[in-house]
Amino acid sequence: MENEEIICIRDLHRNFQVGSEIVHALNGVTFSICKGEFVSIMGTSGSGKSTLLNILGCLDTPTSGEYILNGNSVGNLNKNQLSTLRNRLIGFVFQNYNLLARTSALDNVELPLLYNREVSAKERKERAEAALEAVNLTDRMHHMPNQLSGGQQQRVAIARAIVNDPVIILADEATGNLDTRTSYEIMTLFQELHSKGKTIAFVTHEPDIATFTTRTIKLRDGDIVKDEPIAKQSAAQALAEYEKNLKSSVI
Amino acid sequence: MNIINLVKIAITALLRNKGRSFLTMLGIIIGITSVIVMVSLGQSSTQGVQSQLSSMGSNMIMIMPARQMRGGVNMGNSNAKSLDLKDLKSLENNTKYVTHVSPSVSSSAQLVFGNNNHPGALQGVAPSYADIRKYEIADGIMFTDEQVKKYAKVCVIGKTVAENLFTNGEKPVGQTIRCGQVPMKVIGVLESKGENGMGQDQDDIVLAPYTTIQKRFLGISHFNMMFASATSEEESELAATEITYILRSNHNIKQGADDDFEIRTQEELLSTMSSVTQLLTILLAAIASISLLVGGIGVMNIMYVTVTERTKEIGLRMAIGAKGKDVMWQFLSESIILSLIGGSIGIILGIFISYALCTILNWPFVVSKAAIGVSFAVCAATGMFFGWYPARKAANLDPITALRYE
Ligand SMILES: Nc1ncnc2c1ncn2[C@@H]1O[C@H](COP(=O)(O)OP(=O)(O)OP(=O)(O)O)[C@@H](O)[C@H]1O
Ligand SMILES: [Mg+2]
Repeated sequence: MENEEIICIRDLHRNFQVGSEIVHALNGVTFSICKGEFVSIMGTSGSGKSTLLNILGCLDTPTSGEYILNGNSVGNLNKNQLSTLRNRLIGFVFQNYNLLARTSALDNVELPLLYNREVSAKERKERAEAALEAVNLTDRMHHMPNQLSGGQQQRVAIARAIVNDPVIILADEATGNLDTRTSYEIMTLFQELHSKGKTIAFVTHEPDIATFTTRTIKLRDGDIVKDEPIAKQSAAQALAEYEKNLKSSVI
Repeated sequence: MNIINLVKIAITALLRNKGRSFLTMLGIIIGITSVIVMVSLGQSSTQGVQSQLSSMGSNMIMIMPARQMRGGVNMGNSNAKSLDLKDLKSLENNTKYVTHVSPSVSSSAQLVFGNNNHPGALQGVAPSYADIRKYEIADGIMFTDEQVKKYAKVCVIGKTVAENLFTNGEKPVGQTIRCGQVPMKVIGVLESKGENGMGQDQDDIVLAPYTTIQKRFLGISHFNMMFASATSEEESELAATEITYILRSNHNIKQGADDDFEIRTQEELLSTMSSVTQLLTILLAAIASISLLVGGIGVMNIMYVTVTERTKEIGLRMAIGAKGKDVMWQFLSESIILSLIGGSIGIILGIFISYALCTILNWPFVVSKAAIGVSFAVCAATGMFFGWYPARKAANLDPITALRYE
């Protein structure tokens, strides 16, 4: 089971036509992600991280190359089929949370299940509550996004990403808007999910955040320049140390 | 995504912008209200005119002198003297399709009884007038041909006259009232007919033998007009032809020359009146529809704003699995719900206002089921039609671009 391939891409290209010029955002990328991996995707700005993640998340289709997601060849699917794949197999976490305004945390988390006919209203609520519990927000279920801190909003977004029990969670700079302490908290949460068997692909440009993952893929100008397993650091421990330093520096 | 969820999402979204939703609905409300009110009033007046005309007797025929033209000046037809006793006799005796004929002469006089007085409209007629106009006698009797011959000073009065003169509970029949200088004996009271479609009181009337009015009040020997009734409604045209023939020969009108009288059958009047009011109804409804159209454009405008404003939400929904058609239906159901709620309020308001107006104008209150049905359908269609384009715009958004939208 450990080697089951969730994602498999081969020689992936993504070109953008801007006026008369062609931008090669991805230049023949090849890798696979197996079940239970926690992958960080790194690279400088403009190196193609978001482009890659959009393709992995079935929001975008490659110009050429092969993409197999959980056994489905994505390349030749139509819009509706891609929507269904996103709904059933993918959990997205965005840098700016993207919660629906004036909609309670619970309703926000229920949202993906609304688009799944097989889930009844009752089951939807139960699963959303369970997801919020998994991110330690049981007491904030009925709060509106503007009543929550950034970190809490991101946790609601993570609950929304796991509520449909996806094969992979895709996060694009999920800690980009948060301070160090809250980033560590969120990473602790991701590590918890990972330890429960979730597969995660995590885009970041902060090297210390990447140390909490098990593998780093580094992009430069649309090419993979490095792809290696790393020794995972504990985010919980980092958080504890950070708080200790903070206290001593205050004293 | 099932219908209940769709409706729930749409209503939540609408409630989030209560003020804006209401203002958008207002356009639809005003549109539908005015359509309902206009159509209802149009139909009320049509029905009012129709019931009024048929209460006069649907086989009634009116004969009046033609307008007198002298040197290109229209002298009106009131002072024409073309109808007289000879015409009356020949119409009584030589017709096949005419059952009753009655002349009519009008005068007015102050009516006095005891301390009460009342301005009276006197109409001199033959006894058959009651049959032609479908007047019933509530109390007493109609005067007779004998009394007509003798210029008898008798009269039959309407209810309003009776109420104004006999205020102390006297029984009108048998009393003598003064009409101007002439004492007249009341021998009958007419059954009340109420107001006619123009708000005239049909009970404010005094009927007397035409000879009495001619000799004692006016000093004339011609008639102002004549009333006749045809054997049946269908035969009123035949009767009219017959009357024309007789009157032309009586008046020695040469072939090719114009009649010096005019004949109006009730049927003709009915159809002209109906077509006029129907045309009016259509016209009013058309004008009201324009306000509905404007309301619809308002819905479209707001839906465009909503779609643009919620581009990011659309992107997010698509990213987590909403299909194009889910998004499309989400916005379409918003505009349909907006239109339907607005339409329902408009229908209720429209019924209410037409009822109030009909009561004030004393018209029969007709609420057109067709207008309500059509309005409702139009509302749904408005929502669909004007919501469709913005909704499709939303559905065709690219999720990545939509998510990046600020
Ligand atoms: N829709 C598009 N049209 C044209 N060019 C695009 C489009 N999307 C991305 N690109 C280009 O593709 C390249 C990769 O962009 P991408 O957004 O993937 O970078 P990134 O690694 O996510 O950067 P950052 O760290 O700043 O988010 C850039 O050069 C960018 O200009
Ligand atoms: Mg990016």
